Amino acid sequence: MKVLAAMSGGVDSAVAAARAVEAGHEVVGVHLALSRMPGTLRTGSRGCCTIEDSMDAQRAANLIGIPYYVWDFSEKFKAEVVDDFISEYNSGRTPNPCMRCNERIKFAALLEKALALGFDAVCTGHYASLLTDEEGNLELHRSMALAKDQSYVLGVLTSEQLKHSMFPIGHTASKDVIRAEAAARGLSVAAKPDSYDICFIPEGDTQDWLAERLGSTAGEIVDMDGNVLGNHQGAHGFTVGQRKGLQLGKPAVDGKPRYVLAVDVITNKVVVGPQQALAVVEISGDRFTWCGKPKENPETFFDAHVQVRAHGEQVPATVAVVDGALVMRLEEPILGVAPGQTAVVYLGTRVLAQTTIDRTVSAVDAFSTGSASAGA
Amino acid sequence: MSVYLDNAATTPVRAEVLTEYTKYLQLLGNPSSVHTSGQLVRQALEEARESLAKTIDCDRSEVLFTSGGTESTNLAIKGIYWQRSAENSKRNVIITAGTEHHGVIDPIEWLEAQQSAEIVLVPVNFDGEIDLDWLAEYLTADHERVALISLMWANNETGVITDINKVTALAKKYLIPVHTDAVAAFGHMPTSFKDSGLQAMSISAHKIGGPVGVGALIVSRSTKLVSIIHGGGQERGMRSGTMNAPAAKAFALAAEICIQNLHSEIQRTQLLSDRLVAEVSAITENISLTAAKANRLANITHFTLAGASGESLLFLLDQKGIFVSTGSACQAGVNRPSHVLIAMGRTEDQAKGCLRITFGHDNTEADVECVIQELPAAIESALSAGLSSQ
Repeated sequence: MKVLAAMSGGVDSAVAAARAVEAGHEVVGVHLALSRMPGTLRTGSRGCCTIEDSMDAQRAANLIGIPYYVWDFSEKFKAEVVDDFISEYNSGRTPNPCMRCNERIKFAALLEKALALGFDAVCTGHYASLLTDEEGNLELHRSMALAKDQSYVLGVLTSEQLKHSMFPIGHTASKDVIRAEAAARGLSVAAKPDSYDICFIPEGDTQDWLAERLGSTAGEIVDMDGNVLGNHQGAHGFTVGQRKGLQLGKPAVDGKPRYVLAVDVITNKVVVGPQQALAVVEISGDRFTWCGKPKENPETFFDAHVQVRAHGEQVPATVAVVDGALVMRLEEPILGVAPGQTAVVYLGTRVLAQTTIDRTVSAVDAFSTGSASAGA
Repeated sequence: MSVYLDNAATTPVRAEVLTEYTKYLQLLGNPSSVHTSGQLVRQALEEARESLAKTIDCDRSEVLFTSGGTESTNLAIKGIYWQRSAENSKRNVIITAGTEHHGVIDPIEWLEAQQSAEIVLVPVNFDGEIDLDWLAEYLTADHERVALISLMWANNETGVITDINKVTALAKKYLIPVHTDAVAAFGHMPTSFKDSGLQAMSISAHKIGGPVGVGALIVSRSTKLVSIIHGGGQERGMRSGTMNAPAAKAFALAAEICIQNLHSEIQRTQLLSDRLVAEVSAITENISLTAAKANRLANITHFTLAGASGESLLFLLDQKGIFVSTGSACQAGVNRPSHVLIAMGRTEDQAKGCLRITFGHDNTEADVECVIQELPAAIESALSAGLSSQ
């Protein structure tokens, strides 16, 4: 196969490219330029947008012995990922930009361009496994390296996209193995630190970055009954589940810490309350996709697991499609789930479906978000 | 097998030049040393200066060796600006155009940001030609504030030639110094410094079959400028640092060969370009010759392809072993929409669909054949990939 290896300049994608070569594929390395001004966006090795990262990717491609190119997706990245991130926050939601990037850039714009230019597949350094069921259908599964598993952010991939995807490092036991392999291959990125932050936020301070773009208007911090407890300098700085930085002088009556329960961008109010009010027992989303073959009879509730954060635990749940929405009834409540986040449904290790959360049902009465829950 | 058609980026070093270069690399001595060993190297350097002066048609004392085109343009622009504004603090205007190379635009923008210079851009038309009538009117009205004019002799992306004599004739009236970036022009069209009326001209060796890392700034004897590099006072105090005699020798020989063959090479590359333009234009109506109406260099051919990115085209041709470019400036290997095309009134999308094919001394009809053979399929794929940024 003719394979395009997306190379971020990090160790995972470098080893993935090397393994694709060894598997006998004709591999070409491509670094995605996602920033218009790579030099000014980020320094050091924290993200995936700097000139150094593109140099690291090029050095790795040279050592692996494959051709290397940089393709410019900066405009599309800004429109589809960065602007989406800002507008989601502006609507009081908490988006996952890595997921958007996979959905709209890496496995959409890049894949389409690759196919048009004669490639058969795109290979990335994601920790996830592609398996085939007895009927020959492709399935996306969690990585063997569970601590690094990235199947969650790939949950947006459809059957068609899976067909043209390759994840050569998914079957690896741990990141240490990848680092050791990179060192053995003489790749200088072997010891490069992992990137955890959002790649387009230079200083890693999401709140400041958002405030610069959305402005900040002071408003009230209220409790669940609407009593004013204090003031904030801008609602965008808060995320559901946050405890620190509320700066409320008066302690709660019960003496227990208070958490952000909701961010209402229309009234510019931040609602706080006790931890138990964060507990969500049901979530649902209108826009959902199947990853691989759809579930048969999805209208009947079935047992599954649900994960709502990239590095979060999965919880057992019963799931069904109700009135066109994917409804997940959680057997164990999850704390601080916010609309805008992505929920991924697993059957065992297999990724079955994903949706952007539109509504949540709180364990505490009357503290649900979104409009009336479809499943309630 | 590969075909190299990116000679405006850099050229292959000619075999004779390589021999000359390596021969003088083995010569021991610092040209500033008093002893015989040093004097022999100084002799080589001065031979090179004299020989280069002949090819440029200037006085030997007007040749300042530098590390290349960008150092030359920086020295000319900053050096003349500092001199002229020190003489008269009212002079803070630098006249240039949006189609200039970054080696000119960036030092001027630096002077604007750091030293209160004011940039005045001469309008450029759809064919990349600068509006000399506008320049004449501007100078009539505001010449007292002008520190210098910097306009390129020929454009490195489109090949469009500026009538530099007309520029200097306009400037002469007000004794305003004119610098030209002749990096693309020198060795590819007649460029007599004496006849040009210029005060300064930047040139580079690796665009004419010489090595990378050597260039020259030609400065007329009456022109004063402030140095940007300070040290041992070499090159008349204008460019401190041990002089690079082997590179100067190589540069001089490359220039000599180029100028000797100039007219026959122009004819030869013009035939290659004409053939290319005729064949490529017939592939699809989406592709067209850029700056078709302008007077252009024979060795630079620039096409605009609607609905596709030059990035895709470059990739596809590279996969076939054909090395071309989009012509735009690269940062970290990314092709940005060409600022030259944007200055010529194209949109960002139009400025992305570029293909620049530039001939050198060793390109032949067979190379053109090769491109013509591979280009239709590449254009088709590039069009189907579209503009990836949308």
